[in-house]
Amino acid sequence: MASAKEMKQVLFGPIFANNPIALQILGVCSALAVTGSMENTLVMCLAVTFVLGLSNFSISLIRNHIPSSVRIIVQMTIIASLVIVVDQLLKAFAYDIAQELSVFVGLIITNCIVMGRAEAFAMKEPPGVAFLDGIGNALGYSVVLLTVAFFRELFGSGSLFGLQILPLVTEGGWYTPVGLLVLPPSAFFIIGGFIWVLRAFRTEQVEAKE
Amino acid sequence: MSKKNESTSKTFIVVVALCLVCSIIVSGAAVGLKDRQEANAALAMQRNVLAAAGIDRAGRDVVELYSERVREYRLNLETYELRSAGDDDVADAADVEDQGEILRRLRGAEDVAGVRELERYTMFYVAMEEDGETVKSYVLPVRGAGLWGMMYALLALENDGQTILGLNFYDHAETPGLGGEIQNPRWLRNFEGKQAVDSDGNIEIRVVKNANPENNEVDALSGATITSNGVDRTFQFWLSDSAYGPFLQQLREGDVL
Repeated sequence: MASAKEMKQVLFGPIFANNPIALQILGVCSALAVTGSMENTLVMCLAVTFVLGLSNFSISLIRNHIPSSVRIIVQMTIIASLVIVVDQLLKAFAYDIAQELSVFVGLIITNCIVMGRAEAFAMKEPPGVAFLDGIGNALGYSVVLLTVAFFRELFGSGSLFGLQILPLVTEGGWYTPVGLLVLPPSAFFIIGGFIWVLRAFRTEQVEAKE
Repeated sequence: MSKKNESTSKTFIVVVALCLVCSIIVSGAAVGLKDRQEANAALAMQRNVLAAAGIDRAGRDVVELYSERVREYRLNLETYELRSAGDDDVADAADVEDQGEILRRLRGAEDVAGVRELERYTMFYVAMEEDGETVKSYVLPVRGAGLWGMMYALLALENDGQTILGLNFYDHAETPGLGGEIQNPRWLRNFEGKQAVDSDGNIEIRVVKNANPENNEVDALSGATITSNGVDRTFQFWLSDSAYGPFLQQLREGDVL
């Protein structure tokens, strides 16, 4: 078992030092699609955390028995099963949000972060650490998504978690929402800004000039 | 990874065992949560009907209020016969709505709203006043193609069968902030009190640019021309003789229920 310091590194490293979205540029598609409102984003982050943690854990658990010829299929089967379970749980306990997230929950299966962690980490490390690695990467994913959603919902719809902060012109207030932020591509700009700020503080992440 | 993992028999055993475990988990979740999910879907629909019918929930339980104030019927769109969907029959009625038999395919000019296929049976809701005797409103499910997909709505008419009491889009895929504004209660309120049809069954309600509210016109949403046209065409189709027209005529003449 790894030391406490290493555990901490595995869990919190992916938040800023090795962020799956900001540094590895993985899992960007769902960062575009579901970040229109904080509430949906939070549920999506919880779903990804559940899938990533448990997929890493279960793949690591059977890693010594997975034949390498079918390992990708084995990983996909586990991930897909977990995603279906999450989808069913959402439909049962958070029906309205499940309606809005619709296909994007199912698309967690194709989220490169999940697959990437399974292949790069869970296949080599014991279950405990793999689980922490999954949770850590999900945290890194969540930090970026929630940041994007914060800006998109606040300036695109004038609200946070559905609570009106800036009164809209259409509702008799003064704030004219930025239409661009309502649309998914705006997340590109915010993720870009996030990476810029991150690299301003952590200059080691800046790529060497070619 | 040891060498023995790579043998054909080991591969088969691992894959089969994994599939068994995963399928048990997945089907367990699906079966175990099915009742809850169906209850959620039914509850969401009941909430939509109440909202369209203008029944104020006032903090009351949706299921209780719904069973008290709303009667469900199944309407045959060919013969315009009504069948009561009694309490025991409600689940059955939902089945009919979902996987209903197709009455006819719509083509060309008749299919202004892009509905494509008209089902034989549709749900028809009658909302009662608080006394439980007099009719408050009729709620009709309507739908039409928007920019990105089908827009589903409930249209509530007052008990004269002509005046719009409420309109509620409960499912659509329009762009949030643009076409998605069809769900904005402020815009939907524009429909209230407008004439859907006149006493001869001619369609009155329109969604147009620079609308004149005196003339049963509702202003189109800015930045959402195709969505607004879709809403307009939804009315043009469902209130016409191809769909609810003759039935609304019967309602106005009375004695349908």
